[in-house]
Amino acid sequence: MRQRDTWLVLVVLAIGLLGLPFMTDALLGRGWVRILDFTLLYIMLALGLNIVVGYAGLLDLGYIAFFAVGAYCYALLGSPQLGLHFPFWVILPLSALMACLFGVLLGAPTLRLRGDYLAIVTLGFGEIIRIFLNNLNSPINITNGPQGIGMIDPIHLGSFSLGSTHELFGLTLPPVHLHYYLFLFFTLLVIFVSLRLEGSRIGRAWMAIREDEIAAKAMGINTRNIKLLAFAMGATFGGLAGALFAGFQGFVSPESFGLAESITVLCMVVLGGMGNISGVLLGCLLLVVLPEVLRHGSGPVQQLLFGRSFVDPESLRMLLFGLALIVVMLWRPAGLWPSRQHRSELTAKDNLTKSSRDDRT
Amino acid sequence: MMTFAKPHAPLLELSGIGKSFGGLSALRDISLHIRRGEIYGLIGPNGAGKTTLFNILTGLHRADGGRFTFDTTEYGGHCKSHTLARAGIARTFQNIRLFSNMTALENVMVGRHLRTRSGIWGALTRNAATRAEERETLQRARELLSYVGINRPHQTLAKNLSYGEQRRLEIARALATDPKLIALDEPVAGMNSTETDSLKKLLRDIRAGGTTVLIIEHDVKLILSLCDRVAVLDQGKKIAEDTPDQIKCNSAVISAYFGIEPAAYEQNSTERPTARLPDQANHGHP
Repeated sequence: MRQRDTWLVLVVLAIGLLGLPFMTDALLGRGWVRILDFTLLYIMLALGLNIVVGYAGLLDLGYIAFFAVGAYCYALLGSPQLGLHFPFWVILPLSALMACLFGVLLGAPTLRLRGDYLAIVTLGFGEIIRIFLNNLNSPINITNGPQGIGMIDPIHLGSFSLGSTHELFGLTLPPVHLHYYLFLFFTLLVIFVSLRLEGSRIGRAWMAIREDEIAAKAMGINTRNIKLLAFAMGATFGGLAGALFAGFQGFVSPESFGLAESITVLCMVVLGGMGNISGVLLGCLLLVVLPEVLRHGSGPVQQLLFGRSFVDPESLRMLLFGLALIVVMLWRPAGLWPSRQHRSELTAKDNLTKSSRDDRT
Repeated sequence: MMTFAKPHAPLLELSGIGKSFGGLSALRDISLHIRRGEIYGLIGPNGAGKTTLFNILTGLHRADGGRFTFDTTEYGGHCKSHTLARAGIARTFQNIRLFSNMTALENVMVGRHLRTRSGIWGALTRNAATRAEERETLQRARELLSYVGINRPHQTLAKNLSYGEQRRLEIARALATDPKLIALDEPVAGMNSTETDSLKKLLRDIRAGGTTVLIIEHDVKLILSLCDRVAVLDQGKKIAEDTPDQIKCNSAVISAYFGIEPAAYEQNSTERPTARLPDQANHGHP
């Protein structure tokens, strides 16, 4: 009975997710499908950061650097910039791997740092990457500097390019729709990996470090390796999202990877609820969709109320954004959907906890 | 008190351990040995260096000098925590350090970390080996929780347990690492006498199970009735190491606790009512 309900929910969810771009397209317009694509990218990013910040408790303010590494990796290996045109299925793992490597590179010197100090060093790392990308155009032009890299190959699987409209099963699938499905696949993959890690021996070790690093050490956890693993996993997700971003946009430039982006992703994690996958999803959804709603909605509403638009929708958006964050921090400091705090004692997650339920009676 | 002619080989042997923090020398030339299967007490006034010694033994601090031998392996003054934990030294903390936002069960499961192996790949695929290992971890964690006497739902968050339960949970977590030596830093601090008695029973059970117990405690009554041997630290130095009966009449110990000659301490006894050493003489020890 219970299992059948679960399946039912899953099937409805799957149909909903598959039909979402068409519904959005029909109801709100093509621009909103693009916003959906970005939401998925942000979900991947935020889930990656969630491993570092939410599970292992290491405050990382330069996370967007890994996104940048992934994006530039794709851009360099699949554009006229260096004249390389590797296939997508080669570039994607390479980008993720490169970001992973950078994750370890960043992680290694920060192992002994905690809290504010760690935050400042990671912030510095984020800036270093951005400044490098900005300046690596001379003496040898690698990144093309502030102009960025354009004409990046569209994501293509064999001869099937996501950059052009396709007719499949009687449906017209424009590029935004195709990217949506690709991103959806990778988002689900990232969620799956996060879920599996959360309930594993490694996940417990991360949380132990977050809760009390000294006690974790005394329990025999090799905190160095486990922290590096957190950085590496988080960075891998970031690199993956970055590569997909580059393929989707067709253009990357250093200004997409500023501190503000790092903060935005961090906000998604914190707002939704650190360490809780559902919370992070909620955080992403709110912080990508709400600003867009405000951007499109605040102008007309002002027209309606006051007859003219006297606050620029863009600045109003940032104002409300800040206000929302303050309100959440005041009333729900653990996030909108906090982890475990409210996990009911009767919730059975899987067979493991199911058997633990038995011995509680 | 010297380290020769012992019937059992010592499990832990410290020689010349020293540690100073800036100008303060917390430990000076500490040498002692703990035999397999005994309950060894470490007492001393506040600031005597007991916890510092624990921190060195568990790799949280680096000793400035000296070395120690644990289970026939010699360690310098600076060994990694996880290496020592793997070798079989587990500990609890004076100010409880549980993983507060994890469940009681998960706390103990973390203790199994170093006796289990599955990594990222195992976590992702949840292959047969990983599942078997997780089952075993869970099974052992549950056993340990009931062994130390936590009868709450195991999914209770550690921070929601009572104070006494938290102390017990720390012990369960330490036991989960399969230690040869369990080092307890003031395990009965703040407990009432009923709780203390049941903890005493637990510690005896642990020893009966083959684990050597090292215990720091201010409750002298507990130490004297529980321990096989006791070392007394004062101002970073070991001033005595003996059986409880002998420690009770050791004049160096009494003057360390009261700062005066034994005969004169009763006038000042309001200062430290728990440390009235001679009163404990009638508490037998098994």
